[in-house]
Amino acid sequence: MAGERLLGWIDQRFPLTSLWKEHLAEYYAPKNFNFWYYFGALALLILVNQLVTGIFLTMNYKPSSAEAFSSIEYIMRDVNWGWLIRYLHSTGASAFFIVVYLHMFRALLYGSHRKPRELVWIFGCLIFLLLMAEGFMGYVLPWGNMSYWGAQVIVSLFGSLPVVGASLVEWIRGDYYIADATLNRFFALHVAALPLALIFLVIAHIMALHEVGSNNPDGIDIKKYKDANGHPLDGIPFHPYYTVKDLVGVAGFLLLFCAVIFFAPTFGGLFLEAPNFEPANALQTPPHIAPVWYFTPFYAMLRAVPSFAGTQVWGVLVMGASIVVLFFVPWLDRSPVNSIRYRGPIYKIMLTIFVLSFIALAVCGVKPPSGIYPTLAKVCTVLYFAFFLLMPWYTKFDSVKPVPERVTGHV
Amino acid sequence: MYKSWVLIAVALLCAGVAAADEEGGIALRHADTDINNSESLQRGARNFMNYCSGCHSLKYLRYNRMAEDLKIPESELAGNLMFTTDKPFETINSAMPKDSESWFGKQPPDLSLMARARGVDYLFSYLTGFYVDKTRPWGVNNLYLPSTAMPHVLQYQQGLQKPVFKNEPDAAGARMVLDGVESMTPGAMKTEEYDQFVRDIVNFLDYAGEPVKAKRQSMGVFVTLFLLMFFAFAYLLKKEYWKDVH
Amino acid sequence: MSDQVDHSRRRLLTAATVGTGAIGVAFAAVPFLSSWQPSARAKALGAPVEVDASKLEAGQMLKVVWRGQAVFVVRRVKGSIEQLGNHDAMLADPASDDSVQPDYIKSSGAARARNPEYWVGLAVCTHLGCSPLGAFEANNSFQVAGADLGANWPGGFYCPCHGSKYDLSGRVFKSMPAPKNLTVPPYAFADSARIMIGVDDAPKV
Repeated sequence: MAGERLLGWIDQRFPLTSLWKEHLAEYYAPKNFNFWYYFGALALLILVNQLVTGIFLTMNYKPSSAEAFSSIEYIMRDVNWGWLIRYLHSTGASAFFIVVYLHMFRALLYGSHRKPRELVWIFGCLIFLLLMAEGFMGYVLPWGNMSYWGAQVIVSLFGSLPVVGASLVEWIRGDYYIADATLNRFFALHVAALPLALIFLVIAHIMALHEVGSNNPDGIDIKKYKDANGHPLDGIPFHPYYTVKDLVGVAGFLLLFCAVIFFAPTFGGLFLEAPNFEPANALQTPPHIAPVWYFTPFYAMLRAVPSFAGTQVWGVLVMGASIVVLFFVPWLDRSPVNSIRYRGPIYKIMLTIFVLSFIALAVCGVKPPSGIYPTLAKVCTVLYFAFFLLMPWYTKFDSVKPVPERVTGHV
Repeated sequence: MYKSWVLIAVALLCAGVAAADEEGGIALRHADTDINNSESLQRGARNFMNYCSGCHSLKYLRYNRMAEDLKIPESELAGNLMFTTDKPFETINSAMPKDSESWFGKQPPDLSLMARARGVDYLFSYLTGFYVDKTRPWGVNNLYLPSTAMPHVLQYQQGLQKPVFKNEPDAAGARMVLDGVESMTPGAMKTEEYDQFVRDIVNFLDYAGEPVKAKRQSMGVFVTLFLLMFFAFAYLLKKEYWKDVH
Repeated sequence: MSDQVDHSRRRLLTAATVGTGAIGVAFAAVPFLSSWQPSARAKALGAPVEVDASKLEAGQMLKVVWRGQAVFVVRRVKGSIEQLGNHDAMLADPASDDSVQPDYIKSSGAARARNPEYWVGLAVCTHLGCSPLGAFEANNSFQVAGADLGANWPGGFYCPCHGSKYDLSGRVFKSMPAPKNLTVPPYAFADSARIMIGVDDAPKV
């Protein structure tokens, strides 16, 4: 057949069939993936969405302080379907973080970060870090008043570093204030440098995963028991079983995603903030500045730490540490079991407290620093770090349940 | 599975509830506008052109787009709505010269995105919230934007309102706090008429903030139905294949 | 693995899912593709251009820009209008069958104009898009520098890039690099000498 001959011709020159087999048709994944295992594929879908819509936005966006704001309105009003492309991108940014947070939570549930998947986790953390940079710089591009003052606040953080602070801030801005030069370099990083790095890291993330094989809700190794062909007894080929399953996840996700885009694209001011519909104004700060929701937990931690010894660098260090600490989780976790199913009550309680304090921090970050919020933020910052820094002890002393040899049940 | 859903729902609910409650001060009036009411939008456009466009531009909205979306006939557009240009594809500029800053202390802002930046309730409250204040340059102040630079342009329609104060005890004894407004001199319109008059303007400004809003929402219904169909097929397909897995 | 796989059901559901997905992708592609169409701003800038040709003397032309392209407006002298039909044998497409113009221009015959006195056409050579020069005097072969227009030149346009020649109605001569007559855009007369370029009907004033 012509198709087979063409495939043969390609395969002699490019490993098409073997790539297909290695990563899809003969990649054996545990058969007991549950709800939490949708979010990896969904993150990939959103990455594609962001790349495609981003490329089309670039076609009409003007990265200059004079034109940026009106070029966004040009896209929203004058460009055919520009509004949809823009909402897909802005909603995609928030969806990306929702999905990535859930994906990371899954790892903490089932021990997906643990040996032998430490590198998968580290690549993932790097993706998260780059995603934050990407989100921040993308948020500056519309050059609304929130963009401007958000950039002002975040860039100023670096100013608190001792000795180099002031000159570092000037170097980042390329001017004496957040200016055209700043916008232009953020644009270059947002549309070229960071996406390239993200794509590279996503490939590394998946390659590392497929090298060691996927974890599962039981947190056990499925390669122990294999059939006569050398395939894991508890494994099923990713294609077709997980491709069709992920399709269901994709459909469900798209329903929610499109509901936001078509019925609530600003999501009550969380995905697109109201002050950002006013153009950047260097003379007037919005009544209260809050970063976009996905940064607010970290922003709340920054605000929770008071100045001390004449510098506010401590808040910056705490915020930095809150992300750096993620990289060490595979080594902080000393439990003999991976999955929460077989861990004792202490880990379950700690994880619950961690999630609640993360959400509470996010709320604190959105709110002005008054009332109960400053205190709540301080308490939750301590709880956030307690989850990680006490992990070596509580995971070691926590009781465990017997781990089964084979995976249990599937949905 | 169900546990996970409940967990997510609870988390979203917490975040939503926390994000919903908002600041103190005098509560905004509810604008109660309807973007799909094209008669209201047409009246709002006419009111805007007659009473607002002298000072305020809508620099991102084109006349012809407005006419098409609001179903305004071309003759009506050229005859009664276009005061500063004769080209229907142009955006809506104000008649205000560039040096108007000296008149009001600041340039009257462009209103294209005001409804998105401040919300319809704010605009509605603001336009009904002027009260007499002799200390201000124009003799009026505003309940919702203290020390506003804008004169009460619609004074003829609304009449004048006077401020109402209430006693608020604090550490230093009692303090007079602004609590609201009440009618002082009636205007050409009754209160309900004036509210509707302002509501139409605000509705129009809501439209001007995002001209595609009504179309977006009606498209959303079809997109949702289509995705439901896709979801159903994908779900059945998954069920079928997963019969293999024991 | 189950022994009784219902292959037809599987095929049917696969087709349904893939088909729905393909329709969805096709729908999703429409906004992206049509975002390349001229935007509302481009359309606003491409709006009809009004030309006041009353000050134009016979035998003169002016060029106006419409949608980023130069448009000729030529006021022809009486004598040359009468001559227009006399050299059809020298032309590649005398009836403008293969050329681009509104129907009311094609049906106007050799004049290719709504009013024979004024000729309106794109200043874009149909060969490779250069801008032709005006050479309106009949029988003057050296009115364009560096080109011999030939002894029996009836008056017209000459493209300096590759030497294409057109008559006073923008009709191309035989054996020229240019394949078609000069394109005539839609236009209309608002009054006797006010020309709206870009519309088929002038708006009522």
